[in-house]
Formats: sequence, structure tokens, C-alpha cells
Amino acid sequence: MTRSDKRDLISIIVAALLLAVAVLLPFEDPWSSLAAHLVPYIVVGGKVVWKAVRQLFFGRVFDENLLMTIATVGAFLLGENVEAVAVMLFYSVGELFEHIAVGRSRRNIAALMDLRPDVARVVRDEVEVTVSPDEVKTGEVIVVRPGEKIPLDGKIIEGRSSVNTSALTGESLPRDIAEGDMAVSGTVNLSGVLKIRVESEFEQSTVARIIELVSGAASKKSRSEAFITRFSKYYTPAVVISALALALIPSVIVGDVSKWVSRGLVFLVVSCPCALVISVPLSFFSGIGRASRRGILIKGSGYLDGLSRIKTVVFDKTGTLTKGEFEVSGVEAENGIDRVELLSSAASAELYSNHPIARSIVRAAVDEIKKPSQVSEIPGLGIEAEIDGMTVLVGNDRLMREKNIDIKPSGKIGTPVYVARDGKYLGCITVSDSIKEEARGLVAALKKTSVQKTVMLTGDRAEIGEAVARELSVDEAVCALLPEGKVSAIEGFLIPHKISVAFVGDGINDAPVLTRADIGIAMGAMGSDAAIEAADVVLMDDNLAKIPEAISLSRRAMGIVKQNIVFAISVKLCVLALSAFGVTGMWLAIFADVGVAVLAILNAMRA
Amino acid sequence: MKKTFDMENLDCANCASKMETAISKIKGVESAGVNFILQRLTIEAPEEMFPKILKEAQKACRKVDVDCKIIY
Repeated sequence: MTRSDKRDLISIIVAALLLAVAVLLPFEDPWSSLAAHLVPYIVVGGKVVWKAVRQLFFGRVFDENLLMTIATVGAFLLGENVEAVAVMLFYSVGELFEHIAVGRSRRNIAALMDLRPDVARVVRDEVEVTVSPDEVKTGEVIVVRPGEKIPLDGKIIEGRSSVNTSALTGESLPRDIAEGDMAVSGTVNLSGVLKIRVESEFEQSTVARIIELVSGAASKKSRSEAFITRFSKYYTPAVVISALALALIPSVIVGDVSKWVSRGLVFLVVSCPCALVISVPLSFFSGIGRASRRGILIKGSGYLDGLSRIKTVVFDKTGTLTKGEFEVSGVEAENGIDRVELLSSAASAELYSNHPIARSIVRAAVDEIKKPSQVSEIPGLGIEAEIDGMTVLVGNDRLMREKNIDIKPSGKIGTPVYVARDGKYLGCITVSDSIKEEARGLVAALKKTSVQKTVMLTGDRAEIGEAVARELSVDEAVCALLPEGKVSAIEGFLIPHKISVAFVGDGINDAPVLTRADIGIAMGAMGSDAAIEAADVVLMDDNLAKIPEAISLSRRAMGIVKQNIVFAISVKLCVLALSAFGVTGMWLAIFADVGVAVLAILNAMRA
Repeated sequence: MKKTFDMENLDCANCASKMETAISKIKGVESAGVNFILQRLTIEAPEEMFPKILKEAQKACRKVDVDCKIIY
């Protein structure tokens, strides 16, 4: 609570006590009763009346302060002193609640802004200088001590440590990093001293982009917010005019002025659309805030809305559902050949190759790897190596055909690598891109949300793509796509004028697809500018489980938005109808205004 | 040229959107945004127009809420 909130709270309490005194005292003369009620009225409502007066001079007519002033002054004129003070009292309680709630969300966002590093220690002329992060240039070396925030993105050139990425990813487990790894700004260095060569200036750094993204989040408005703006534009004047009509027309026709004026005042009290106007954006903000604490960045309330409507989720395969790195998935040795021996022969031949397939074979070998005495790489075919005086051939079927070696084609799914020694076929090693562990339960988790269909896009051959799709129970696989083909593939799933298709990719080469889908979700965005740029929803780490989480979170937030809209409008309309016939008085009108606003705000904070 | 300004006493979300509409209509303003939660105003306009625009923006904000100030 800020100081001004506390002051408001005190004046509310004091006014409530004074009101109680005024009610209990027996007044015979109406003027002294009025005077006794005016004291708490001024204590709690002086500010409101004063603002209403000043506001009048600036020419805005339908201001809530003015409405409250008219309503309460009217009540005094009708001799309803207690009601007049009570309206002002409840109105102030509501305002106070709003202030506290808004202050709380502002602080939540400010906590996110806390990511911003204050200083960087840069090494200049062999001396560490402490400067502001935006003064550090690309190529300079910075030192980060344990417990400090990494201020800029860069490559670690010295030291090893673990870093806490929770501020960015919501993941509490520290991540180990060492020389050669990328250090990401906004993460906290936990254990060792790191020397980092800066690779981008502060403005381009991950942390600066995230701050920019989060602070811009409120500006892209959702349909519900647009609805509220339109609604209150017509609603407030309509109610005010009806209030006037209700007070004047029957008075002229049937008389009994005070009765009709009092009903008109009830209308005025109910007329403020505060409950809607404040709770709807607050629900969105609260939802976006909650998501960002989990490492899910949503670029605007419109996208939170969109996320809740997703029916089809389209995945990119490589790097999204699969790890994007090769792994040995099968070893088929000829009769009489040992599988371990087959692997180690191949690994020995591939020892010095940098090809991803070669690296995966070397990683998989359990037996001793011998150093080849002579190696020649045959581009597009494979490798020929001299090991312990024997010639080892490792490569694809074309290499084997060229060297006149009979092979047994592999039936396994993946990329086959054939191995032969001294002209004799040893067997086949199958290498494939391995599926991410979290991908397995993914489709089931998605189907529990609004998602009805899942699709996988891949540039791979149909047999590989379909095998992965089957294994993950993805409904449909579109295979053998060229990068350009992915855009037209996703267009096939789009439904005109409806938000229904999300695309999930790593953002590296699928930026156009991310943009084309209704909602583009980029994964593993820590350190990737392109992904942050192109996507609507950004997952900071590459944990697929965050996708169903993001969808359920958005559905929950949208549910709360709808609850608030329906609740506020229906309560207000009911009270308006009842008060027009004189069934209810000022008390219920106060509840319809302040009570509804407070309940809606409390509800919004759950989002 | 895009500039951002902090605001003071921006107390209602509805007011923020009214201010946004009003500021967007000021001559020279290419785009304007009022962020209620961050109490922040963003204006895109030609550099040399800013002093004049800001004065009018302040006036527009006061019209919606007398207590609201743009800090510049």
C-alpha cells in the first residue's frame, strides 16, 4: 500500500466512525442532522467533490467523480443523509481497492523489469571498469562474479559456472555453462567467475528485448478490450440520459418529485462502468504476468485471447519435436560380426570428421576407438580410412556400390550408414534424429485443452516423418517440404476470419511460418533474436510442456474475462431494472457499482 | 522518431484509452500509445514537432483527468 492509499484508508475509517456517531445521535432538527452527516461526507468525499469541480472546468462531462457528487448532493437534498455519506464511503472503498490492485500489477511488471542489469564490469586496458551495460561495445570482454546478473549476451572465454535462468525461463534448475558456451543476459551467475566476450550491444541483447516485449504487451489490444471500450462509450451516456428521463418525465406527469429523483440518482450511481473498464485489462495483464513468470512471453492481450481459441497446433519437426541432433538408433551387424566391433570400426574411421552423423557414431562407440593412419573423405559418399593396416569404408549405399560391395539394405527408419572392411561388408548403422522426451505426452496434453488436431511439418522424407508422427500420435504429417513449402502448408489449415491455428517452431528458419500462422509460438528463444521478433508467443526454453500450459493458462484468463463481463453487465442491468420500478434503493445501487467492481478486480487478479 | 514518457496519476484504464485516442489526433503525431499499467506514453512524431505536441498532449490528458501529468 502506498502512502496515499494509507491516507485514503484512514479517512475511510474515520468517516465510517463519524457516520456511525451521526446515525446514533438523536437529532430533532434536520439542519443539525445534515451538519453532523456533512462532517464524515467531507472527510471521505472532499477529494471527490473537489476533483469533480476542477474536472468541470476542463470540460469533461461524464466523469465518475461528478456522477458521485451529483448523486450524493441529490441524496442530501432529499434528506437521505445516511445514504449520501454511505455512497461516498463505499465509492471510496472501491477506489481504494482499485488502486491497490492496480499497484500490485504494476509492481509485478516492475519485478519483471528487474531483469535489467545495472552494471557491467568491462575489461579495458587490463583493468576492470564498472560501466552501464549500454556503454559496452561488441567484442569487449566483461567479467561476471558469482551472484551477479549477466549483463550482456556473449561467448564465455574463460571460467565455468552454473547459471540461474529462472527469471527468463521459470526453470528453477541451474544450468551449467563453461568456456565456449553462450552466456545469456538476464540470467544470474551462481558459482564461478566468468569472462565473456560480448557479442551484441545492450539494446539488441536478450534481456533488453524481453523488457521491451513485456512492456509493450499491454498495447496490443484484444477483442474483449475493444468491446469494453465500445460498450462504455454508449453505456455511460445512455444510463445518464435515462437517469435524467426517469427523474424528470414521471415527476412532470404524475408528480411526487422526490421519489423519481431518488430513482434517477440510483441510476447515476449504477452508471459507472468501472467494474468492466478496470477488470478486463487487469485480467489480461494478470494472465500475461503469470505466463511470463513461467517463461512464456505473450506479446499482447490479443494473443492471449488468440491462444485460448487454438484448435489446430502445427509443429515443425526438426529441433522442435526432435532434438535436431543425430543419434545412433540401430546397429545391424552381419553374421559373425560383433556389434561393438562394427561400431568401433566405424567410429575409428570417422574419428576426425566433423559431420554430425560421424560425431553421433563416435559418441555411440563403447569400445576402443583406434586412430586411423590415413583418412580420405569422399564428398557426398562417405569416408575411406586406413586402420591397423586394414581399409575401412563408412558411407552411404552409393559409396558401397562404387566400391563393388554387396550390402543388405537396412529396414530401419533413419539414415543408414554402411560399413565395410577390406572389401567385406560388416553391417549397417542407422542414425536418426532423436525425439525429445517431453514430446511424448504432448499430444495427449494438448487434446485436454481446446486443441482438436495436431499436425507436423517436415522437410524430411515421408517414411521418417511419418514414423515420428506415429510415435508421437500426431494426427497428420506433411513431409518432404521445402522451406518455402511450409508457408503454403500452413495456409491449408487456416480458417478465414477465425483464429484457430498455432505454429510451433524454433524460429531459426521458420520466421515466415511463425508470422503466417494465427499464433506463432517460438521455442528455445533464449538468445535468438529472430524468434523473439517473429513470434507472438515466445517460450524462453525449449520445453514443449509449456505449450499446453500456455493454452490452458490463456483459457483460464479468458474465462475470467468472460465471467467478469457477464457478471458486471448482468448485475448492473438487474439493478437498473429493479430501481426503475422502485424495488431497490440506494444501497443495492452502491453494491452494483462498488461491490461489483471490487469482486471483478479480485476475480481478475486470479487470472 | 519515437519517444517514451512517464506519466503521473494515471488512475483509470478507461482514461488511458481516451487519452490515447485524443493524443493520436494531435497534428504531427504518427502514432501514440498510453500504457495504463506502466503509466507510460509513447509518441511517434517528427523530432522538431515534439515540444508542441507534448504541450497539446498534456492538455489532452488534463481534459480527461485533471491530475494526470506527463513528465518531460
